[in-house]
Amino acid sequence: MHICSEYLKLAKRNRSTTDMQDNKQTVIRLNDIAYRYPRGESLQFADLEVTNGQHTLILGDSGSGKTTLLHILSGLLKPETGTVQVDGQQLYELPARKLDEFRGQRIGLIFQEAHLVKSLTVRENLQIAQGFAGAKINHDRIDEVLALLNLAHKANSYPGKLSRGQMQRAAIARAVINRPAILVADEPTASLDDRNTESVLSLLLTQAEQQGATLVVATHDKRVKSRINHAYQVGGVV
Amino acid sequence: MNSIQIAWKNIRQNTATSLLGILLTAFGTGILCVLLLTSHQIEEQLGNNSRGIDLVVGAKGSPIQLILSSIYHMDNPTGNISLREAQKLAANPMVKLAVPLSLGDNYKGHRIVGTDSTFLQLYGLELAEGRIWKGDFEAAIGADVARKNQLKVGDKIYGAHGLSSEGHTHDENAYTITGIFKPAHHIADRLIVTNLASVWRMHGTHEDEAHSEDEHEHAESEHSHSHDLAGVDEHEHHHGEDHDPVAPKEPQLVKNIMGNVGSREREITSMLIQYRNPAAIGMFPRLVNQNTAMQAASPAIESARLFSLLGIGIDSLQILAYVIMLMAALSVFISLYNALKSRKYDLAIMRTLGASQGKLFGIVIAEGILLTFVGAIVGIGIGHIAVYLIGTRTGSTASLLEALVLLPQEAWLLVIGVTIGFLAAVIPAVKAYKTSISQTLSGN
Repeated sequence: MHICSEYLKLAKRNRSTTDMQDNKQTVIRLNDIAYRYPRGESLQFADLEVTNGQHTLILGDSGSGKTTLLHILSGLLKPETGTVQVDGQQLYELPARKLDEFRGQRIGLIFQEAHLVKSLTVRENLQIAQGFAGAKINHDRIDEVLALLNLAHKANSYPGKLSRGQMQRAAIARAVINRPAILVADEPTASLDDRNTESVLSLLLTQAEQQGATLVVATHDKRVKSRINHAYQVGGVV
Repeated sequence: MNSIQIAWKNIRQNTATSLLGILLTAFGTGILCVLLLTSHQIEEQLGNNSRGIDLVVGAKGSPIQLILSSIYHMDNPTGNISLREAQKLAANPMVKLAVPLSLGDNYKGHRIVGTDSTFLQLYGLELAEGRIWKGDFEAAIGADVARKNQLKVGDKIYGAHGLSSEGHTHDENAYTITGIFKPAHHIADRLIVTNLASVWRMHGTHEDEAHSEDEHEHAESEHSHSHDLAGVDEHEHHHGEDHDPVAPKEPQLVKNIMGNVGSREREITSMLIQYRNPAAIGMFPRLVNQNTAMQAASPAIESARLFSLLGIGIDSLQILAYVIMLMAALSVFISLYNALKSRKYDLAIMRTLGASQGKLFGIVIAEGILLTFVGAIVGIGIGHIAVYLIGTRTGSTASLLEALVLLPQEAWLLVIGVTIGFLAAVIPAVKAYKTSISQTLSGN
């Protein structure tokens, strides 16, 4: 109900161009992507195709371009060449304002640090995620997500009053609040111990399943590999 | 949540720096507000108090002093003039109305004015209760005098010599209050009005008493000690007949001075003149200044001079206020600019959540405007409180009601505040607009 109808129509129209294998719809398709950094280095990425529910790891060493690739497929960084299709939409064909809106509605982003807006409570952080995506504020949905992530009692707390784990859960709540098509996580376990790594991964996978989103995780953390089968190596599909 | 709500939350997050910006804006706006209110009130008072008075005739000296003493009752008179000479001028065909004034005493800072019933006509005074004076040492008082000193009809008051309530008290004779005027919203509200003879008798009866050197320098003390009291009793009985609350017709008005006062030796402090027609504007002052020992001062000209003199001080304070406002703008700018560093992730995250570049621009601009808008509102409040406090401290014109009056021009103070906030926020807002999400999030 929060998804902009315009994008739903676009997604349906483009369905003919997506692969339909075992009722699986392609949610991410990268073709001929190349990116040149301002300092001159350039990266060439192999093509990638991810179907609905096919959770995917983006693997590679530090500095190999994992984050760059995530930013490209999230509509944050325009590649020098190639096309990026997410949920049936060619991202970089959209005008800037529409791209922002699409990102807010269909792509959920999670980072190594929670990066909650410090001046807002947990509930307000979720409200702005709904508002910026062009949706109406849905308090029932916020309550539902907070309850799922065991944060209902912290709804009116400011980020400064949360534990590290609570902040990470709040960031995940914010990422899934608009029921995104893809959930993109950049090194979500980089600084966590084994127990917390397991906890965060479980949470991400559970939320992705519950919200019907496809999880894409960029990591160089080997502990994550055991939980997600489909992987993409920066520089070539593994 | 809209941009303004998010901006307000950010302001509350950075309490110390936000408070500095708000306070500086408030001080600047407060000073501008005080200047606006006081200059407006001064201008209005100057206009109200001199309305209907075309000329003041008094002893030679400073024309501004003559105007200040005879119309605004704020300074010592320039001296005395011969009543006979004044009578001659009053009889001039160019004169429609001539109001004699004899000054000398005060009650708790309120001038006691000896005059006749033409005074009521000139100032359009009406009684709220009681009656005007019929005999000597009877007085009708202005609405402010009654309110501030809680006086009522029948009360007795003792005048003090000069302009200050600390002057020598004339405790030989008390004035009985016979009437209280309705509020007229000009100087008459703050005066005690009696007949001319009361002023003469008050000073004549203690002719031999030792007054201080300073008091003797006053023009009124000069005349008070030189007056011959003979004849006062003689005209005293006239007051009951002549000082009717309903002002006499014009031909009688000019004759009032002669009719009421009579004596050739007497002096008065000054005379307020109303012309019969505009042609007198050019001729009558010249007639007075060239052919008599008196001087004629135009309230319009002298009030304008006075206001332009005050204007120099007002201009200086205005410059100070603008400097403070500039500092407020700098403070808001620095606060927003520095906050960008600590909030760069917040801004980048907002972009990942779907906020457009324009949205971020709007949030930062809203923050700057909110800071100075709140500062301007607080400043206007401070300005009004300051005007009220100044009024109560000086015991002069400002009352609570005057301090509560909102002038349309005050809207400009809000406009100035908002503009400063906008200008101070432009550069930080452009910087927020140009925030590279990718670079910020990847830490480059």
